[in-house]
Amino acid sequence: MTRQLPGEDLAPFKLSSQRRLWRKFIQNPVGVVGAIILLTVLVGAIFADRFVPHDPERQRLLARFTPPFWAAGGSLTYPLGTDNVGRDVWSRIVHGSRISLVVGICAVGISTLIGVTLGLVSGFTGGRVDSAVMALVDIMLAFPQLILAFAMVAVLGPGIGNIILVLGITGWERYARVVRAEVLALREREFVQAAHAIGVSNFKIIFAHIMPNTFSSVIVMATLQTAQAILAEAALSFLGLGTGRTYPSWGQMIALGRDYISIAWWISTFPGLAILLTVLAINLVGDRIRDVLDPRVV
Amino acid sequence: MTAVLVRRLIRLIVVCFGISLVTFLLMHLSGDPVSMILPEATEADRAVLREQLGLNRPLIVQYGSFIGRVMQGDFGQSFFHRTPALPLVLERMPTTLLLTFFALSLAVATAIPAGILTAVKRYSWIDHLATITVLLGQSMPVFWTGIMLMLLFAVTWGLFPASGWESWQATVLPAVTLGTFQAPLFLRMSRSSMLEVLGLDYVQTARAKGVPEWWVITKHGLKNAAIPIVTVIGLQFGVLLGGAVVTETVFAIPGTGRLIVRAIGQLDFPVVQAGVMVLSLSIVIVNFAVDLIYLYLNPQVRIS
Repeated sequence: MTRQLPGEDLAPFKLSSQRRLWRKFIQNPVGVVGAIILLTVLVGAIFADRFVPHDPERQRLLARFTPPFWAAGGSLTYPLGTDNVGRDVWSRIVHGSRISLVVGICAVGISTLIGVTLGLVSGFTGGRVDSAVMALVDIMLAFPQLILAFAMVAVLGPGIGNIILVLGITGWERYARVVRAEVLALREREFVQAAHAIGVSNFKIIFAHIMPNTFSSVIVMATLQTAQAILAEAALSFLGLGTGRTYPSWGQMIALGRDYISIAWWISTFPGLAILLTVLAINLVGDRIRDVLDPRVV
Repeated sequence: MTAVLVRRLIRLIVVCFGISLVTFLLMHLSGDPVSMILPEATEADRAVLREQLGLNRPLIVQYGSFIGRVMQGDFGQSFFHRTPALPLVLERMPTTLLLTFFALSLAVATAIPAGILTAVKRYSWIDHLATITVLLGQSMPVFWTGIMLMLLFAVTWGLFPASGWESWQATVLPAVTLGTFQAPLFLRMSRSSMLEVLGLDYVQTARAKGVPEWWVITKHGLKNAAIPIVTVIGLQFGVLLGGAVVTETVFAIPGTGRLIVRAIGQLDFPVVQAGVMVLSLSIVIVNFAVDLIYLYLNPQVRIS
């Protein structure tokens, strides 16, 4: 059990505070709508096979370029139409959500782990360690994430593991910067001084006492960065540098549909709408979490 | 002020070296660069090439040699085009920079006035519409926006060409695509910056003195609100360049971004290295220029 020192604020992790935060979250309908959409996408991704009428990779050349069900020539068998080789667009969109969510969540997990650790150590230690880490942050920020990701994928090759790794190690610098700024303020607080005074080790001070107080900012950032990671994965897939041909991905579907845009507009349109809806939902939830965790917002 | 400039310059040099190091290491990430150049050669032939290229020397020596060559503009020969890599990149840079400039101009011209308007008309239907626009704009993938604009304005209505860069009409859809990529952020920034400034005491004093509202906003408010806006616009140049890479692919524009993407597909690493380095250095120089502009505009930073 963590010993709580005078002045230490672990409020977000007390049960009554959790309930209070939850009530604050559900007060705003926009955040609730975002959460519902996100939950729907998550459930759809986890139980994809139960929500789709067809195998996403099964080709039916006789049914190629079938329009959506409401258009002339369409049918409810293929509710959002089929692509150039007769694969069901709806089935591929639902299965494609797995790629986007897995890549988004795992990439952000890696970025958070690297960034938070470096931010904590850099902010607390100061001196040359801080200067070295901040110089590294400046260098990473100088590279546009997408261009660096392209270059790394070029070398490592496409594949879901490589994409997660690339997006993870090209996105940590924002966390490091934010956490470092928080630590610089927190290390002067009384509870940290008290911990020093009673002989608590630096390692324990950083990870047991200071780190929990940075969780609010990290959670908000991680939520919003998940949306960015999904957009980045879609861009890489669109350019043919994504997860490879093993899994359907929204970016790949949009790239494929571009070649047939004049005769089959639905192939590119619906995967794009899926990305829009998912990213919008994450942004709405992230914005709401930021308001909920900000004590100045009622 | 001189001390601040010197510190910024030192940081610029350090960052440039860092970029060169990351770019150098890219080639070695997959293991053996010679295997990429001669994938089907025998080990004996690879050993000969390794010695010729100096790839059997310690990594730090290779890096030193790389820096020496880069200073002379030598990134090696393109594996695909069989010509020096850097000129291939540089001849396409004006197209990429022009696209980025058009997009930035469009985004600023629409988003800044809109942001000011929504700040002045806070909580009105204009403000709510702008909020929805920002949320949607930030959630749309740039390549999908381009394809949808292509579908509507090129394929359906035939108003603009669907691809290329030969005429001024061909620049419209790519510039709008890339502009909508950043316009939501500029709108949000200018709105929040104006709101902050319009709430300050000196603005209330100007209003109390009977200064016309448009004068309060433009003369008194905008001048101070512009500082963070200008900074953000400059700092988003790097993000715009990343978006330009994708936009060039969507509209088949012969820019550096499209060259890099094709080079990746062709495993043409000298071109990838040259392209990444040139784009990254452009961003660093623009960020440095933005830093200087910020120092000039903000007297508090100069004095402190």
